[in-house]
Amino acid sequence: MSPALLEVDRVSRTYSGGLLTRRRVTAVNDVSLRLDADKPEIFTVVGESGSGKTTLARMILGLVPPTSGAIRFRGADLARLPSRLAFMREVQPIFQNPFEAFNPMKRVDRYLFATARRMAGLTNEPAIAEAADRALKDVGLSLAEVRGRFPHELSGGQLQRVAIARALISRPALLVADEPVSMIDASLRASIVNLLRDLCRRERVSIVYITHDLATAYYVSDRIIIMRRGEVVESGQARAVLDNPQHPYSQLLKSSVLSPEVPSTGAVRHA
Amino acid sequence: MSSPVLAVEGLKAYYRTSAFGVRREVRAVDDVSLAIAPGEIYGLAGESSSGKTTLIKTIANAIQPPLQVLAGSVVFNFRDRTVDIHAIERESLADIRWKHLSYIMQGSMNVLNPVRRVRHAFVDFAFRHVGGSMAEFLDAVRAHLERLHLGPDVLDAFPHQLSGGMRQRVTIALATVCRPEFIIADEPTTALDVVVQKGVLAMIHEVQRELGSSIIFVTHDMAVHANLADRLGIMYAGRLVEEGRTADVFRRPRHPYTRHLIASLPRLGDSAPKEGLGGTPPNLADPPAGCRFHPRCPLATDICRRDAPPMTEVAPGHRAACFHADQVAAP
Repeated sequence: MSPALLEVDRVSRTYSGGLLTRRRVTAVNDVSLRLDADKPEIFTVVGESGSGKTTLARMILGLVPPTSGAIRFRGADLARLPSRLAFMREVQPIFQNPFEAFNPMKRVDRYLFATARRMAGLTNEPAIAEAADRALKDVGLSLAEVRGRFPHELSGGQLQRVAIARALISRPALLVADEPVSMIDASLRASIVNLLRDLCRRERVSIVYITHDLATAYYVSDRIIIMRRGEVVESGQARAVLDNPQHPYSQLLKSSVLSPEVPSTGAVRHA
Repeated sequence: MSSPVLAVEGLKAYYRTSAFGVRREVRAVDDVSLAIAPGEIYGLAGESSSGKTTLIKTIANAIQPPLQVLAGSVVFNFRDRTVDIHAIERESLADIRWKHLSYIMQGSMNVLNPVRRVRHAFVDFAFRHVGGSMAEFLDAVRAHLERLHLGPDVLDAFPHQLSGGMRQRVTIALATVCRPEFIIADEPTTALDVVVQKGVLAMIHEVQRELGSSIIFVTHDMAVHANLADRLGIMYAGRLVEEGRTADVFRRPRHPYTRHLIASLPRLGDSAPKEGLGGTPPNLADPPAGCRFHPRCPLATDICRRDAPPMTEVAPGHRAACFHADQVAAP
């Protein structure tokens, strides 16, 4: 067996209520998955809100410790990392809403330069600018287009590209993308999804793609897990699972997807 | 078409600011004309900053500076009266709102006051339009909730005790309790999960059929339009670029932008490569000359760079604003 990039080993996470309540919520329950180091892929986590997919993402990023089970990156347990910075160089997040991810009062290039300085350890200005430019070129932009711009001066699609470029500066092995296209306009969505696929094929970056959109999941994923109330109800090769879902919940999810075919006046009108 | 419920003619609404001697003019809605028939669901599609929210603000006369209406008219033909919404007094506007013209909003949490029970929202919004005693009013509300398959106990709940889908159903009940003739729905299902979304859309359609209301349904999600709208209008950069029956627009789009929107939709069971649209959406403070789509358009020629194409009928009931409408390939 080839070495693992990421192992999520029987991980659970519970949240307890406030001081006065005894209520405990199990956000993630006994989830395991494994990504190979020498076989980059797009691994998709699908589920509705409350299914625990964002909690899983936060645990993979090391932002939330699991209540039980272990997460290992290149064999090292996230709970006992010698250097958080070294881990962050290799595992980078992409968030849902790029307008929330960037401070509206700061120029976006600042984020790129700060990441280059801190994550890639660069110190001299030309090298920093070159690293930023190279990352921006990977996402179809360039430093000349972005330099000195504020977030509101860029479109949602461009800003999400800048967010992805920022994540690429330290040349990570794994991107954790939590709903990266759900705030993006339909006309730009295809280009962001295509970009993720290109990064996986060309730059050999593995991507954990978290979404509730089965159509884009079908379009880009290699493997998929379907989560419901913190548990994995179905997993496998994405196309096989989505073409022929076995679990009743997966079937419900698939049947709820509105088809953009016309005349499909059946789905809603005769529901 | 029989006399439309809503007739919008040559509407221009710009955001005009003037600060430190710098005048800016954002042309959010530029020369839009459309008509909506009784009992029709009119889908309005377009990406963010295409002017669709400004258009419905102007239709509802929720105009706050710096937004200004420069030209055009918005006329409603309600059951008992004809109203030019920009010409009437504030007081009569309050009589019309909710009773004849209501609104389903995107964020249900923002509509319902988080520290008051749902019952108060119904009283605040609708009591003055229904009349009668409070007990009669609450009975009418309960009967309406039951029609929408909601239990009467939601009235005594706080908004945070309801799930997102349930809350959105409550806001739909709230918008329809006075049996309005015209409903504006602004991205009502965008924040919902797929499973919940389907149920909420079915509910909107059911209540619309029962009341016979017209709906202008705004969303950028083309799959929702395919399943709900009778007719579809596509906005790009403040202009209406195409309009027609939903099936016609999807089968044979006549504007390159519409064609792109439809062709780039990811579909379950289809992994053929999809092209993203190149370029960037135009800056509405300084829109491109001629057709506003020309910098991103594969069919653009000299005339597109020079003149703005007028909305012309390309087939019965199907209008498009493109000089090359006949060259647009099927998606």
